[in-house]
Amino acid sequence: MKTKSQVQINKEWDIVGARQMGRELAKEMGFGTVDQARIATAISELARNIYLYADKGAVTFEIEEDLNKKGLKIIASDQGPGIADLSKVMEDGYSTSGGLGAGLPGVKRLMDYFDIVSEPESGTTITTIKWVR
Amino acid sequence: MRIPILKLHNYLLVSIQIDLDDQTAIDFQEDLLSKIHKSGSSGVVIDLTSVDIIDSFIAKVLGDVVSMSDLMGAKVVLTGIQPAVAMTLIDLGIHMQNVPTALDLEQGLIKLRQELEE
Ligand SMILES: Nc1ncnc2c1ncn2[C@@H]1O[C@H](COP(=O)(O)OP(=O)(O)OP(=O)(O)O)[C@@H](O)[C@H]1O
Ligand SMILES: [Mg+2]
Repeated sequence: MKTKSQVQINKEWDIVGARQMGRELAKEMGFGTVDQARIATAISELARNIYLYADKGAVTFEIEEDLNKKGLKIIASDQGPGIADLSKVMEDGYSTSGGLGAGLPGVKRLMDYFDIVSEPESGTTITTIKWVR
Repeated sequence: MRIPILKLHNYLLVSIQIDLDDQTAIDFQEDLLSKIHKSGSSGVVIDLTSVDIIDSFIAKVLGDVVSMSDLMGAKVVLTGIQPAVAMTLIDLGIHMQNVPTALDLEQGLIKLRQELEE
């Protein structure tokens, strides 16, 4: 069974909207306080990257459920400039905007599953999952 | 939205009670620096007890505010960082090593007094 919801990222405030929605969902699904904070932080990083580098995009939430586990899947997608060197952006401290460069490597550590697909000129899609423990 | 900054003797006290968006965080940085300048305060406590998320951007703003205040001659102590927030900061690879912290507002004031007397 899959339940879906989506937040559009167009303006700065949508970063807060997306992470609040994700935290609510995580709470309803039974995630503990620390995992709720991890999920909200990961969403904040992904949504801000969309806003900063691609201008606009969307964060989609899907509840993944099978017989023995349940998880929250978060998909951040945009049709922005894309990322040329994927291994570079996954390095701690790499930033093209004067940031800490902690976002993407951080999201990978905050979540249980992390996948990034990006094509220069056509955009970026990042898929992450956190499983309920 | 503006975050209120209170003056207590020669200290400034700030308690962040809202989910910080980027613009509010940047406005707060500017407001605090100009308040330090105007009031001549020597110490600042920023209480984060009610903050349930610190992402890389907010962490950068907070770290910068500590360094900038330091340049101006005021010590900043961050207090009340929640356990879940501390754990996510470590996942982000942000260790805040050069940032003075204390358990709560009271401990923060004690720490400030000690640091300023040294
Ligand atoms: N959706 C995206 N589209 C295009 N480029 C991106 C996207 N997301 C990230 N990037 C690139 O990857 C780099 C690293 O991203 P990351 O989130 O790790 O750090 P940052 O955003 O620069 O700083 P921080 O997140 O710590 O504030 C960015 O500087 C940017 O160049
Ligand atoms: Mg980022």
